Amino acid sequence: MNARRLSAGRLALIASALIALSLIVVLPLAMVFHEALRQGAGAYVAALAEPDAWAAMRLTLLVAAISVPLNAVFGLAAAWTIAKFEFRGRSLLVTLIDLPFSISPVVSGLVWVLLFGVNGWLGPLMQELGIRVIFNITGVILATLLVTLPFVARELIPLMEQQGGDEETAAITLGAGPWTTFFRVTLPNVKWGLLYGVLLCNARAMGEFGAVSVVSGHIRGLTNTLPLHVEILYNEYDFVGAFAVATVLAGLALVTLGLKSALEWRHAGELAAVRRH
Amino acid sequence: MSRALSPAVAAMSRKPWRKGSVLPGFPLALGLTLTWLSLIFLIPLSALLLRPWELGLSGFWTVVTDPRVLAALRISFGAAALAAAINAGLGLLIAWVLSRYDFPGRRWVDALVDLPFALPTAVAGIALTAIYAPNGPLGAPLAEMGLRVAYTPLGIVLALIFVGLPFVVRTVQPVLEDLDREVEEAARTLGATPRQTAWRVVLPALAPALLTGVGLAFARAAGEYGSVIFIAGNMPLRSEIAPLLIVIKLEQFDYAGAAAVGLAMLALSFTGLLLLNTLQGALARRGRA
Repeated sequence: MNARRLSAGRLALIASALIALSLIVVLPLAMVFHEALRQGAGAYVAALAEPDAWAAMRLTLLVAAISVPLNAVFGLAAAWTIAKFEFRGRSLLVTLIDLPFSISPVVSGLVWVLLFGVNGWLGPLMQELGIRVIFNITGVILATLLVTLPFVARELIPLMEQQGGDEETAAITLGAGPWTTFFRVTLPNVKWGLLYGVLLCNARAMGEFGAVSVVSGHIRGLTNTLPLHVEILYNEYDFVGAFAVATVLAGLALVTLGLKSALEWRHAGELAAVRRH
Repeated sequence: MSRALSPAVAAMSRKPWRKGSVLPGFPLALGLTLTWLSLIFLIPLSALLLRPWELGLSGFWTVVTDPRVLAALRISFGAAALAAAINAGLGLLIAWVLSRYDFPGRRWVDALVDLPFALPTAVAGIALTAIYAPNGPLGAPLAEMGLRVAYTPLGIVLALIFVGLPFVVRTVQPVLEDLDREVEEAARTLGATPRQTAWRVVLPALAPALLTGVGLAFARAAGEYGSVIFIAGNMPLRSEIAPLLIVIKLEQFDYAGAAAVGLAMLALSFTGLLLLNTLQGALARRGRA
């Protein structure tokens, strides 16, 4: 059973796997860049220089800058609770934290409209207070928070479970304060896992489409994130513009994949996601 | 009410609800977790669970049995099931090749498998549409052969294959890497053909992970929106997916109707996952017997 010896059957299997991956994964990626550059580099640059595209980029960065740190803190708190303590309802909590993953993005946006929309439970109250949530940046942030809720937590929970609480117990017994223990013992132990979770959380926060689409109202320059801007341009038959903006998001995906792989290759031992592999 | 509970439950409630620990921060961490989870997920979710009933039971039933809604649910869940089944085969093939064979560039190919996780769905949607449109690089030759992909249900399945593939690969691959190769070698020395070894030794060992991966791919695909709406054509009764119907109902300010469709999707998703879970349990029992 020598893995290096390639028989005809093995070559055929490898070839068919590579062909399937090229058709399903590589071709769409290549198509984005091909379509964006279809009318030359000048048209591409001009499409990216549009003020609306810049406004969308700023909003996308703002939404990620707010939602990723919040869900990272949540992930740390949830992982500390679940991994370091035993209590009743623990597995229910784990299930609940994972649940947003199996809900349609559109439903993740819908729930906020049901709460804060014109006919929402809190809609009239919000109107009286003069607060706009739906068709506003607030709604976009809330929807993003919901779809990215599990990312950091689900990376940190298995990692911290494996590490156990011995090191922290030692620190506390030796007289370290709770925060000292957290910042000097726990955080250094999970830093690569945290970074890994933040990376995936950020990619989803910047790329989310369905949930954000429901609450945003597609107001150009105000509530339009990059993925929504792609849709608007595409529906206006501005294909070069749509694909040009799409290359920015595809670039983000490639950078995310690169960093993720680098983390997996270098710090495999300190990542729960890789240990499961 | 607690007095009427059975002795077993009463005994359980006498047990402390958490084990003692010298570690600090439990109340703070649990409080933070529950507060955030409630604000961001549980309270909004409760609106989805409660609002459909504003229509009354019969009103709810009228919404979800409307022919257009039924067709959309059938398309979303049917296409998701078909794509998940296809991904079971493709994912198994890719996971096998990545974990068993060494070839130049294997690490890079491995990294590329996760692209559908990282690529925003809207980007995938317009790219797939451009490829399979009647004038696209693959759409044109296929159209000449009489096969239209974009703007048909076939396009929906294709987009869902893209979205779900990494789920299957990433759940099967680690199990395949951990699988004891001596068992396979034993099967071969005992005279099993490679095909028999694959079907009767390897596949049964992989079945639970494969079902998990297929379940994840199915759940994700059934609710998928961004990568589908560009390629689907969105013709009512034919290629209109359930999430799009929610968006349409919201645009008409029909909140209860939108919530009813959302709740139906949620229920169907969980039924599907429950079925897979049961199948997984049955397989595990058969494996032990």
